[in-house]
Amino acid sequence: MLENTNVKTLDKVVVRFSGDSGDGMQLAGNIFTNVSAGLGNQVSTFPDYPAEIRAPQGSLGGVSGFQVSVGKGVHTPGDNCDVLISMNAAALKQNHRFLKPGGVIIVDIDSFRESDLKKAQYATDNPFEELGIKAQIVEVPVTSMTKAALADSGLDNKSVLKCRNIFALGLVCWLFDRPLDAALRHLHSKFAKKPAVYEANATVLRAGYDYGHNIHASVSTYRVETEDPKPGVYTDINGNTATAWGLVMASEKCGRPLFLGSYPITPATDILHELAKRKDLGVKACQMEDEIAGVCSAIGASFAGNLAVTSTSGPGLALKSEGIGLAVMAELPLVVIDVQRGGPSTGLPTKTEQTDLMQALYGRNGESPLAVVAPASPTDCFTMAFEACRIAVEHMTPVILLSDAFIGNGSSAWRVPEADEYPEIKTPDIPAEKLADHSWHAYDRRDNLGRYWPVGGTEGAAHRLGGLEKDAVTGAISNNPVNHEKMVMLRREKIARIADDIPELELLGDTDADTLLVGWGGTYGHLHSATEELNARGRKVALAHFRYINPLPKNTGEVLAQYKHIIVTELNTGMFADYLQCRYPDARISRINKIQGQPFAVSEIVDRVTKYMEED
Amino acid sequence: MEEIHFTPADYKSDQAVRWCPGCGDHAILNTLQKAMATLGIAPHRTAVISGIGCSSRLPYYMNTYGFHTIHGRAAAIATGYKVANPEMTVWQISGDGDGLAIGGNHFIHAVRRNVDINIILFNNKIYGLTKGQYSPTSARGFVSKSSPYGTTEDPFIPAELVFGARGNFFARSIDVELATSQEVMVAAARHKGTSVVEILQNCVIFNNGIHNPITDREVRAERTITLRHGEKMLFGANKERGLVQDGFLLKAVTIGEDGYTIDDVLVHDAHTPTNFLHQQLAMMDGLGELPLALGVIRDVESPSYEEGVCRQVDEVRARKGFSSLRDMILAGDTWTVTD
Repeated sequence: MLENTNVKTLDKVVVRFSGDSGDGMQLAGNIFTNVSAGLGNQVSTFPDYPAEIRAPQGSLGGVSGFQVSVGKGVHTPGDNCDVLISMNAAALKQNHRFLKPGGVIIVDIDSFRESDLKKAQYATDNPFEELGIKAQIVEVPVTSMTKAALADSGLDNKSVLKCRNIFALGLVCWLFDRPLDAALRHLHSKFAKKPAVYEANATVLRAGYDYGHNIHASVSTYRVETEDPKPGVYTDINGNTATAWGLVMASEKCGRPLFLGSYPITPATDILHELAKRKDLGVKACQMEDEIAGVCSAIGASFAGNLAVTSTSGPGLALKSEGIGLAVMAELPLVVIDVQRGGPSTGLPTKTEQTDLMQALYGRNGESPLAVVAPASPTDCFTMAFEACRIAVEHMTPVILLSDAFIGNGSSAWRVPEADEYPEIKTPDIPAEKLADHSWHAYDRRDNLGRYWPVGGTEGAAHRLGGLEKDAVTGAISNNPVNHEKMVMLRREKIARIADDIPELELLGDTDADTLLVGWGGTYGHLHSATEELNARGRKVALAHFRYINPLPKNTGEVLAQYKHIIVTELNTGMFADYLQCRYPDARISRINKIQGQPFAVSEIVDRVTKYMEED
Repeated sequence: MEEIHFTPADYKSDQAVRWCPGCGDHAILNTLQKAMATLGIAPHRTAVISGIGCSSRLPYYMNTYGFHTIHGRAAAIATGYKVANPEMTVWQISGDGDGLAIGGNHFIHAVRRNVDINIILFNNKIYGLTKGQYSPTSARGFVSKSSPYGTTEDPFIPAELVFGARGNFFARSIDVELATSQEVMVAAARHKGTSVVEILQNCVIFNNGIHNPITDREVRAERTITLRHGEKMLFGANKERGLVQDGFLLKAVTIGEDGYTIDDVLVHDAHTPTNFLHQQLAMMDGLGELPLALGVIRDVESPSYEEGVCRQVDEVRARKGFSSLRDMILAGDTWTVTD
C-alpha cells in the first residue's frame, strides 16, 4: 500500500531514461512527459540520442537517452536526474554521471549478463563497483518480467522484447504516482493501428506499475508539485512542431498559403514531417532534390505570392547561402529556419550548439543584410516562427530563425493560443490607385522601406526581378555606381528599421545589479534558472535574453550601459559577445562558453558567474 | 465573354535587348513572343524564370512576370512558383551550362517530377557570358579557353538526359527555324507536365557555326527531319527520303530505291508511352547516316506534380475538415486548465 512507502514531495523532479537506441527510450520518455503535463506539471525534455540509427546492440555507441524535468518552476530539463533508468549495462556506463547525489538508479538486471558487460567494455564483473556508484540501485528483472507478463500473448519473442520500455514506464508511473489511464490513452493513440501490440503494451505497463507497487519498501516515491497555469487548453509540444505550427498560424494571419521547400536534415526534419501532415490545413510542403532546391523552390513560391519557408540545419544553411542572397536582392519575403547542430561540416548532427550565428548574420556574398531571430524555448518556437513570418512579409526580406537541436527536440506544455491572440499580418499589397494608373514600379518602397508584394497573375503588376542590381526608381538593371551604393544603403536601412517594429529588451532577475547576464536563443531556460539560483544565493545579477538578433532591440545600448559587467553566455566560442562588443565598444563584456554539443548545466553557469563576480 | 487577342508586341518589355548582333537568342526571343501570342495567354498570367547566362537575360525583355535568378537554379525556382500558383503558365529559360552543368540536378528532378513548366534549353555548346569555355554539351576534344588541348570528356545529349529522367515531352528546333520553333513552343506550353524544348542556338562570338554541319542552308534539308505526330517521317529537299525500321534500329532510305516504298516509311507517334523509338529518334545526330530530328519527338500525357499536390491538399482537407490551426490542435491530445 502506498501509505507505507516513503513519499518525498518535490517542486520538480528529473527522470532520465537510458537504453539501447532500439529500446524505445524516447517513446517511454515522451509518454511520461505527456502524462505529467496532463497532470498540470510544467515539463521540459531533452532527448539525447546518437547519430547512428542502430549501433550494435548493447554497445556504448548505441546508447540513447531521454531526460525530462516535471513539476513547478521548470525552465530546463535539469542538469542531473533524480531517477535514472538504465535498460542495459552500456546505458548505465554512459549515464550514471547524470545522477544527483541521493538519486535512484533502476536497472534491468537481466541485461547485465557477462556478455552484456563485455559489450559495454567493463573490466570487472561488478559494474556498480567499477563505476563507483554509491546511489540506491533497484535491480529489476525487466526482461524476464516482460516475458512472463506476455507468456500467453501469442507474440513472438522479438515483439515481446520490444515492450520492455513500457514495463520500465509502468514502474516509473508508479514511482511518481502517474495515473495509468492517461498512459494507456497515449499508448492507444500510438498503436491505434496495431491492436495486438497495444494490448501487449497495456499488459506490460500494468505489470511494471504493479511490480513497483509490490517492491515499494525499498524505494522512495515522489509527489511532484503542480503549477497553477493560466486557464486554457494545453498540449505538449516540441520546438520543431511549435515552429511548424507558428508558420501555419502566420499563414492564417496573412491570408497567403504556406509553402515549404525542404530537404531532410537532422535535427530539422521534423518540421518537414509536421508540415507534410498539414496538407489538412492547405500547406504545400515539398521535399525537394537538395537543400538548394529547397530554398529556391521557396523563393519561387514567394515570387508567386505564397508565404514561403525553407527549413534546415547548419550544413544546409551553407548550401542555401546563394539563394538567400537572391532573396535579399529581390527583396522577397522568405523564412529560413536553421535548427542548429554541432559543427563544422557534418559535425555532431544530433547535438546542440549555437555556432551558426555568424553564418546567419554574414554568410553571404556582398552586402546582404537580413533579419535574424532566435526562439528561447520549445514553446517560444511558435511565437518566433510567427514573428519571422511577420517581419518577412511586412518588411519584404528574408528572415533566418535560429532554433537549435536542444529546443527543437525538447518539449514543454503549451497553452493553445486563442484565435485572436496573434495579430493580423499586413501583406504589402500594391495600392489600387497605383495599379490603375500604371504608376507602380517593382522597387517602389513604403515607409518601412519594404517593397510591395503582388501575387503572380495580378493584372497590371507584371514585373521583373533578378539578382542583378536594379535602378532604385525604375527597377531596371543598373550598373550605375551611385545607384548601387544607394541600393546597398536602402537594403541596410530597411533591416535597421525593423527595430521600430519589435519589442524592447526586457530584464529579468535582480535588475538593480552591477552584473548583467546575457544570452540568446535556446539557452534561455538554463540562464533563467541560473539567474534565479544566483539571486537566491544573494548574488545581484540581472538577465537580458535576446530573441531578436538582427536588428537588436532598440534599447539594447541603453540596457548594456546600465551594467558595469556583462557576461555573455552562449554555446559557441563567443559569437554573440563579439557581435555585441563591436556594436557597443564601451561595454565590458566577459564570456561563458561551452562547445560540447550539450546544453549548459545550470550549475556550471552559476559557478562561472560566481567566479567572475568574486574576481570583480 | 469577349475573346482577347494578343500580339507578340504585348509580350515585349520596354528594355533594350542587349545580346550581341547576330546572336541566335534574338530569333528565339521573337519566336517565344509569337508562340505566346498564339497561345493567347495574357502576359500577366505568364511567368518567365531563368538562371544565369546569356540566354537567361530573356525575362527582362518580356512584359510578363519575370525572374532572372541564380546560376543553375531556375528549374527549382520555377517548380516552387508553379506549385504555389498553379494557374500561371510558367516558362524556364536556360542555357546548356546553366541547365545541364550547375543546374543538372534540378533539371533531371524537374523532369522526373513532371511539374508543368516549359523549359527552353538554348544549346550553343559553349559558355558565352564567361567568354568561351567548353560546356557539358561540347564534343570530346573541343578546344576552348578552358580546354586549350581539347576536352577529354564526353558531352551530355540533352534528349538522353530527358529520357533518362523519364521525361514525357521533348522537342527540338534550331534558332533559325522560326516556324518549327514556334510550333514546338506552342506544343510545349499545351503539354501538361515538364516540357523540354532544345533549341540549337548559335553563339556568334565564341562558338560561331558550331551547328553549321547540320544547319547550313545547303545541307539542312538532308541532315534534319521535322517530325509531326501522325505524319510520315520524310525529309530531304523534295521529301524523297524517309526513316524505316531496320531490325531494332532506324535507317534512312530513299523512296524508290533498294525496294523501299512510301509504305515502308514510319509514321511518327509522339503520344505512345513507350519511349524506345522516341529515344532513337532523339539520338540521331545528323552527322552520320541519320538526320537530326526536329519537332515534337515525344508528347505523352502523365499526371503533373503540382496537380497531384493540389489534389492531395483538397482531398485531405475535405476528409479532415479542419477550419483552422486551432481546430486541428484541439482535435489532438489536449487538456484543459480552468480557473
